This record gives sequence, C-alpha cells and structure tokens, in this order.
Amino acid sequence: MRTYDKLNLDRKKIAECRAYAKRIGETTQTFIDAHTTVAVERTVLRLCGVDGIDRFDVPIPNLMVDDVNRHGDLSRGVSVYLASALKAIGLDLDAFVSAFADGKATLCGHPLLGNDEARRILKPYLDRKFARIDENRATRDAYVRRFGKRDCEIYLIVATGNIYEDVVQAQAAAEAGADIIAVIRSTGQSLLDFVPYGATTEGFGGTFATQENFRIMRKALDETSEKVGRYIKLVNYASGLCMPEIAAMGALERLDVMLNDSMYGIIFRDINMRRTLVDQHFSRSLNAYAGIVINTGEDNYLTTSDAVDKAHTVLASQFINERFAIQAGLPPEQTGLGHAFEIDPAIGNGFLYEIAQAEMAREIFPDCPLKYMPPTKHSTGNIFQTHAMDTLFNTATTMTGQSIHLLGMMTEAIHTPFLADRHLAVENAKMVQTTMGAIYDELRFAPDGIVVKRAHQVLEEARAMLEKIAGTSLFDALERGDFADIRRSRDGGKGLEGVVAKHPDYMNAAFERLREGRR
Amino acid sequence: MNIRPYGDTSNDGKVQLSFTLPVKAGAKGIECAKEFARQMGMIDPNVVHCEPMGEVFSMYVVYGRTPFLVDPDRIAVSELETPALSMEEVERLIEEKLGRDVVFVGASTGTDAHTVGIDAIMNMKGYAGHYGLERYRHVKTCNMGSQVSNEAFVKKARELKADVLLVSQTVTQKDVHLANMVELVELLEAEKMRDDVILIAGGARITHELAKELGYDAGFGPKKYAEDVATYAVLELIRRKDRG
Repeated sequence: MRTYDKLNLDRKKIAECRAYAKRIGETTQTFIDAHTTVAVERTVLRLCGVDGIDRFDVPIPNLMVDDVNRHGDLSRGVSVYLASALKAIGLDLDAFVSAFADGKATLCGHPLLGNDEARRILKPYLDRKFARIDENRATRDAYVRRFGKRDCEIYLIVATGNIYEDVVQAQAAAEAGADIIAVIRSTGQSLLDFVPYGATTEGFGGTFATQENFRIMRKALDETSEKVGRYIKLVNYASGLCMPEIAAMGALERLDVMLNDSMYGIIFRDINMRRTLVDQHFSRSLNAYAGIVINTGEDNYLTTSDAVDKAHTVLASQFINERFAIQAGLPPEQTGLGHAFEIDPAIGNGFLYEIAQAEMAREIFPDCPLKYMPPTKHSTGNIFQTHAMDTLFNTATTMTGQSIHLLGMMTEAIHTPFLADRHLAVENAKMVQTTMGAIYDELRFAPDGIVVKRAHQVLEEARAMLEKIAGTSLFDALERGDFADIRRSRDGGKGLEGVVAKHPDYMNAAFERLREGRR
Repeated sequence: MNIRPYGDTSNDGKVQLSFTLPVKAGAKGIECAKEFARQMGMIDPNVVHCEPMGEVFSMYVVYGRTPFLVDPDRIAVSELETPALSMEEVERLIEEKLGRDVVFVGASTGTDAHTVGIDAIMNMKGYAGHYGLERYRHVKTCNMGSQVSNEAFVKKARELKADVLLVSQTVTQKDVHLANMVELVELLEAEKMRDDVILIAGGARITHELAKELGYDAGFGPKKYAEDVATYAVLELIRRKDRG
C-alpha cells in the first residue's frame, strides 16, 4: 500500500518519539532478559514436544514445571532438567512423557547435565517441532503467493463456545467475504495459568483456545480457502497468563495472526506487569519466527478512556509496542498496531478527529498492517443507528488506507453476532470499499484544517507522554495509570509468583533455537 | 384502550421482522419465510427481501400485520420511582442529610470481562455527557474492573466500609450471570453484610424487576446514568438513616 505525506507531520518529532520508546524498551528489556516465567518454561517443554494431560486433566507441561519448582531450581530453566531426565532414564521424549504422566518417572532427582550436553540431547526434539513451524510458514507463504493478499483485509469474529459450531460460522463468514477469522476465547481464559486440552464444545462468550481447536479450525479454513480462492487467515489470542504457550500452539498449527499486546494483560486483566513483560517477549519472538502477524490492543484504551482526550495514549502505546516488537525480532510487516474508531458520534467533527488519528497512524507506521477496530462504546441497542455508525467507520477505514479491518456489528452491545449480522457487516464494508475504492489516493487535507491540526496536536501530546515515561520507566507509567487511566502496581496482579530471576547458568534451549533460526 | 403497532396508519398493526433460515435462497426459501411469519401470527406477510448467505443460509426481511392487541392500562411494570436529581443536587443532599462521604464499590463480577457498563457509571468522565460517580463531591469510589470474584468483591466492600455495591453484568450468554449474581447475595448474607449495603445491579440486559427477583435492592438497565444510580442510593441511605 502506498503512503503519502498528507498531514505534514514533524519528522523530527516522530524520531524523538521513537528514541524515547527505544529508551523505554531497552530499560525494560534489561529486566526481561534477567527473568523467566512458568509460562515461558512450559512453552519450552511444548516446543520440545511435551503435550497431553494427566488423568485429572492437568496439562503435562504444567506438571513438569511444577515439579521443577518444587523439587528443583526453576531459575536454571526447565531445559536442563528435561535433558537430564531423558538421559538418566534412557527413554525418548514421547515415552518419557507418558511415563511421567503415569507417575512412573520424575523430571527432578537425576544428575544435572551441563548446558552443552543438555542442548545436544534436546536438539533432535526441537528440530522436529521447529521443522513443523518452518513447514507451516512455507505453506502459508505458498497460499499467499497463489491467492494473493488484499490491501485491506476484512476481519470477523466467531464465538459460539463450541468449536464445531464455530467452524460452521467461520466458513459462512469467509464465504460472505471475510479474509481473517478470529475465534474469540472463552471469557476468563486469559486468567487461567494453563492451556486446556483437546476439542471443546462448552465456553462462555467464546471458545477455549486449545491446540486441537486450532487444528480443527485451520483445517476447515483451508478447505474454505480452496473453495473461495482466498487464503483465509486464522486468529487467536497470545495473551493472558499463557501468552507464550498459545504462541507456540499457534506456530505449530499455522495460525496467521495473534493478538499479542505488550501491556494489555497488565492494564485490562490485572496480570502482573513483570509477568506479562517477560511473557510477551518470548511469545513475540516465537510469532516473529513463525511468520505470524501480531495485533496490538490500543483500541481497548478508548473503550475505557475518552477517545478525544486520550487519543495520544494510543499513539504513545503504538510506539512502545513497535519497540517491543523490534526487540523480539518482528519486522514491520508482522507488527499490526491497533487503534479504534470510538469517538462519541454526538461530538462535532468527531469523524474528522477519527480521520486524523487513522491517517496519522498510517503515515507514522507505513509498513505496519494497522488494525482498525470498530465502534463499540457508543453502540446501543439501536441496531439501525449502530449500522449507520459502522458505515462511517468503514468509510474512515477506506479513506485512510487501514490494513486489517475488524468489522462492527449492528448488534454490538446486544449479543454475540447472528449469522446475518456478520453478513450485513461484510456487505456494508464491501459497499464502501467499492463505491470509494480510490479515495485514499485522491484525498488531501486542508493544510491548516481540523484534520492536520488535530494530528499535530496528538503527536505532540504523545511525544510529551513518551518523554515522561522515558524519564522514569514503563513500570512507573503503569503504576501512575498513564494508559486507560488504570493504575497497576508492580507487585500486584495475577501471576507474579510465576516470575523467576534467572540463575547465571540459566539455559533455554527453545529460545536459543529461535535465535539461531532467525539468523 | 387497546393498541397495535403503528406503521403509517392508526392501529394498522404493521411490524417488521428479519431472520435467517438454513436453506438456500430462492422461491422455496421465500415460501418458508412466509410460512414462519404466518405461524407467528402475521397477517399477509410480505417477504420484501431474500438475501443469499452462502450456499446453505439465506436471510429474509418480512413486513406484515399483527392481529394482536395490547391494553397499556393492564400492563404492569416495576420501575424505580426515584426521580433523577442532578449531580449538584445529589452532592447537596449528601452534605445536608448524611454529613459524611458515601462509599461506592463497583465491579464487573464473575467471568464477565466487560467494563464498559461499570466505567460508564463510575469513571470520572461518565457516559454520554453524564459525569460518573468519581466526579461527585462527598462520594468515594472504587472501581475494581472486570472478572472480579464475588469473594474479592465482598472483601473489598468490607475493607472500604462500602455503603453501596454496584454489580455490572454485560455478557449474558447462557445465563451465566444470573447464578453469579445470586451467589453474591448469598455470600453477603453469609458474611452478615447484606443489610449493611445497598446492593445494585446494572447492565444492558438488567431490569429493576430482575434485580429485585435476584435479591438486589435495585436494578438499572440501558439509558440509566450515574445520577440515576446516585440519586437512588443516596435517597435510600437517607431513608435507612431516618428509620434508624
């Protein structure tokens, strides 16, 4: 997609923002690099091929990490324990996993190997899983080469609780014109410190993210892709307490997009900030390797805070998310920064402010697939009004060249969408895309007009905010409530007990494999 | 007097309806849609639109007349009779009649991840031009956010000596919210706190009637703002104080 300089933004100011974000990111990275978490270690196990549950439905990766926590020293990392157990017992990994599940083998209590030997023992297992990830990436690339990719991809959500029912709705949505399908997670999954197992048919407000559910949906969407002649992308949520594990599962089952914000869980799910910051780095590194596009969650700030007064927090957060993405090795094409159309429609010229924000994001992050979220906060039960508002949103999307277009539903604020709600939403978006197809290339703004002035103002406010954060730290900013007006303490929230300072001899065989693969 | 829906003439009974059928769009689908409308009681249903949705679904827009009548005088509704005072009036009332700060603790409880409702009532900015409780003088607020367990909610209420508890429920799939709301009442009773607080439910699908049924003091649905909640709560506190 071409980008233009329509807003005459101050390039120096943008560079300043990036410099502050870099300082914020690097300071935080020092902390990240010195720590691991139970979720990171469980992910290492999954990437070695550990999977399954015991007879009480507890996932084996959880049992193993708990075992090391209790009887070993997790600060060394689980890699060395796994390798030592495999060597001492003399079983291959799959046999060891079933022996462990039956209580016939333990992870701890064996002579600990040196890191080099542990790396050597785990290598074939990691190679096996990483080969699958490489293959998935190649398959996706082949699909995209074959079917092409739209500049503006239509993104729809399904959420029935039952993966088999989701398949019906997802296929219908894709046939209606969706390019990207998200299966929303069951309410509350982000706070589970484990990933449920197997195909699931019960959920609240969504469907559990499990590796089997991923596989079922990917297979169904591959069938639909062949049928409609478009590659239908699949989305899930690498967020919450199992951020990196979900990323690993997504990489193994060829998901294409992951919601993967660096701060969302902290702010909106009250997950401890240290936990999330460490987890996001590993999950993003995995997404980078697997060719998965991440989506960030800045839209959420505006459902809580005011979209006019707090627009700059979105931009500031985009700079920070961009920075963490860079630190995890994500190229811009895989960094889908988020924002939303949430200004109260009763505000005079509110639409112009929306255009200013969206165009500004387009110009500042020209190579990022920007994800634009529809109005929700000012959607009432008046479906006719909401449908009209969604048309305005679709118009803003097309006018500013957004990349990932999550469609609004006329029944927002009422229920999970009916089949027809999605269909009408696609119809609306397509109508707008057709009738004003070239408007993005045609459109220019009055140099001293409302749109240009607004963009300059928001950029300056974001710069000031980043300067303030860079002067202290991201931890302080989160404690102050700089984002979404929500304050989080660095010792509060869920999951802190799962954060461990690394031993000098800490070793993470999966992360090393990622790094090698990237070179 | 009996009434019917008004299309463009008094009592013409005109209604609009749209729905999806799991059949391919076409003449047969249109007849199916008409038959559904007839079975629903519609007279002369007119399928004005049949929209194909893939190969196995189709959507219909139907207009028709309903033969049914309703007498508004015989319809009873349970609505809060409290008048909504302005923010300044509520502040003055607290000053004059209570002479202390009123403590509101709110949360979106259970598995509900939506904070839009509780934020609209509690946050400084409020919603649609109606300032939230946080902005009121003599009001202390604690908005615990979403996915708050009933246990944590009650603990916080005790800790802050809450006068008013606000429970928000937005997602209501499979009625999971009802059990959760009842559980809170039971928990408050077990903790012997139920009579010490004004317990209020709110949300898009909440009505005063439903809230009362579940053991709450009041319920607030759509189009209710912070001043509605504040007025009710403060008047009720005054009433309870006067009663001693």
